[in-house]
Amino acid sequence: MKTGFRIFLGAFVAFGLSWCGFVLGPILQLGTLGQTTVLNSSDIYPNQRPGDATLGLQVYRSSGCAACHTTQVGQHGVVCDVVLTGAGNNPAAVNKLISTLTLTNLTKDEADAISGQISTAGGKTETHIRPIGPDIERGWGMRHSVAEDFLWDNPVQLGSIRVGPDLANVGMRYDLNWQLLHLYAPQSKVQNSMMPSFRFLFNVQKIGATPSPDALQLPAGFGPPAGEEVVPSEDAKNLAAYLVSLRADVALHDAPFTTPSAHAAGTQKK
Amino acid sequence: MNEIEKKYSAIDASCRVPLLVLFGVASVWLIIGLALAIIASLTFHKPELFANCPFLTYGRVQPAANDAIVYGFAIPAALGVILWIFARLSESELLLPLVPIVAANIWLVGVLVGVVAILIGDSTGFMWLEFPTAGWILIFIAFLLIAISAMATFGARRERALQPAHWFLLGALFWFPWTYGTANFFLVEWPVRGVAQAVINWWFANNLLFVWLGLVGLGVVFYLLPKISGRPLQSRYFALFAFWTWVLFTPWCGMPQGAPVPSWLPAASTVASLLTVIPLISIAIVFVSTIRGVSVQCKGGPYCSAQIGTVLFLASAVMLIITGCSHCGRLLGMTWYMPAQTYLQIFGFFSVVICGAANESLPGVLGFELPFPSFVRWQHRLFIIGSVLFLALPLAIAGIIAGIKMQNPNIPFTEITQGTLNYLRVSSAGFLIILLGSLLFAINVFAATAIWQAKLAKSIMASFGTAFEAEEVKS
Repeated sequence: MKTGFRIFLGAFVAFGLSWCGFVLGPILQLGTLGQTTVLNSSDIYPNQRPGDATLGLQVYRSSGCAACHTTQVGQHGVVCDVVLTGAGNNPAAVNKLISTLTLTNLTKDEADAISGQISTAGGKTETHIRPIGPDIERGWGMRHSVAEDFLWDNPVQLGSIRVGPDLANVGMRYDLNWQLLHLYAPQSKVQNSMMPSFRFLFNVQKIGATPSPDALQLPAGFGPPAGEEVVPSEDAKNLAAYLVSLRADVALHDAPFTTPSAHAAGTQKK
Repeated sequence: MNEIEKKYSAIDASCRVPLLVLFGVASVWLIIGLALAIIASLTFHKPELFANCPFLTYGRVQPAANDAIVYGFAIPAALGVILWIFARLSESELLLPLVPIVAANIWLVGVLVGVVAILIGDSTGFMWLEFPTAGWILIFIAFLLIAISAMATFGARRERALQPAHWFLLGALFWFPWTYGTANFFLVEWPVRGVAQAVINWWFANNLLFVWLGLVGLGVVFYLLPKISGRPLQSRYFALFAFWTWVLFTPWCGMPQGAPVPSWLPAASTVASLLTVIPLISIAIVFVSTIRGVSVQCKGGPYCSAQIGTVLFLASAVMLIITGCSHCGRLLGMTWYMPAQTYLQIFGFFSVVICGAANESLPGVLGFELPFPSFVRWQHRLFIIGSVLFLALPLAIAGIIAGIKMQNPNIPFTEITQGTLNYLRVSSAGFLIILLGSLLFAINVFAATAIWQAKLAKSIMASFGTAFEAEEVKS
């Protein structure tokens, strides 16, 4: 039994190390994670999702949406853009200087150096932080997803495969009505979509004395037979509310970016 | 019959009922799981097919299929093979044979509860851990019961020295309850907060599919190769080295690159993936030097299964460790490349090895040849063709193409998904081919069981008959 015991002990230590690293470590590090403040603001993030969205997460889980959708956006890093906010007393000199400089896609150090040069010439600048990467450029988010984004969710449905698009910020792209129409008839909203229809979340019923105020306004070819209407069930409404609540649109200390309103005032954005 | 054969025939016979029950359960769930996988893939042919049927919507059928195959087939079949190998290596009859029989039935109910729960929408939402409490508890208990029988047999061994197969299979018996219990406890019963859930989920998925299936499959291969070829493993020390490096490094793989978790987690997986090359090279050396110079005919029998299974294991492991590199992981991590690797691991490697071992054990266990010996070869071929040519290859290509296209934000996303559709449709054929293979396996298991039952009934009748004759003589 001696060798058997040695194998048991060795395997116990080897397996236990990974258990400590990937179970205990994350629980200690992430399990105590609390709310944080938004960058350059006193706002608290994240807030609890609204009640119907919290219920909608359970419909998302039960329908297995995560089998095809991720809710995590990645980025390759950030770049800095230097934006001129004031030309100072000698605009001609500042403009001449700027024409010789690259103001976009800089590292933090480069941006600081260029800001220094411009302010020596009398101009005023701001440095804007811009996350980069295909997910960001696809419009799937303003920054990468971070642990804080999922603080209130149970279960956390990050997903592992993108059969469909990422949904981390789908609430910033579409409204509630769009989501309901898309759940009922995906191809009516996205041409060539391969998403299955979730008609079982809706009731197709005869139009009564007064049409239901919730009835979907479906485009021609996707609607129910004449005299009938499509009314979303509670589950459909909650799921749509959850999807609309998916938006990680604030900058955090560990995921900084400059908000687009300030961005739009800059010069570098096409 | 010489003394040695007589000894082993008694050992094999002691495994008969537990193995028939476990293989029976496993083959039924394999068929159900593959049928569910085909249903899931039909959505890629016609998206609105199950629009009115919540039970068959892709998001439910697909995890149900995965779980039916892994929990319904892979693990019970593996446990059956482990019991047989432990009994033979111990040179002792299987101890507590009733326990695995009871446990197999508990297992059957557990998987049934879990699969039905997923289909009616009661999934927990965690990949590979979808079974709710009632399902996972039953499976957990059943595993422990079977492990008790295996450990009792192990403890009663006459040959005290341990074989390489022992290390791998003991490690597997020990590691599954630990990972499965931990993951279910922290995710389902007492959920931790936030993305720690996702981390534990990834840790478990890697430990189940890569580490655990690897341990069992390799243990079985390291038993089968010497048993069939008559040539000892070359060498024990390399195999021992492979075992220790495997259990030390591989449990750290599996954190997706670029996930929204502290960056040390994916970085640890990158290092672990790199280090996993060490056990892989050792396994390759053991494998090549053991089979070299052996003149065993490889005609699709169990020896062939062990060989090709090992090659496909190495291929699937290489596919996985490539995604440990940060750049490749970001490129391929969320594409069909990952399911391609998983299917190669489950069907190409594990199912081929385990069914090969089952087919090797059954004639001895039953005491007669399998009713359809040619089915063994066909099942072996169908598994390999289906898993490699119709699942892993097309899905991996689809994943790589999509991964590269995803890097260019100017290509619309729907165009990328449209580009994968034809590859996904091919996967239906892959599941169908594997389903045919598993039907052949199931027919052999159930026909053999029926023949054994008929023989049993006959001998009981005969003993009654002699008893009556004796009565008549007395009177």
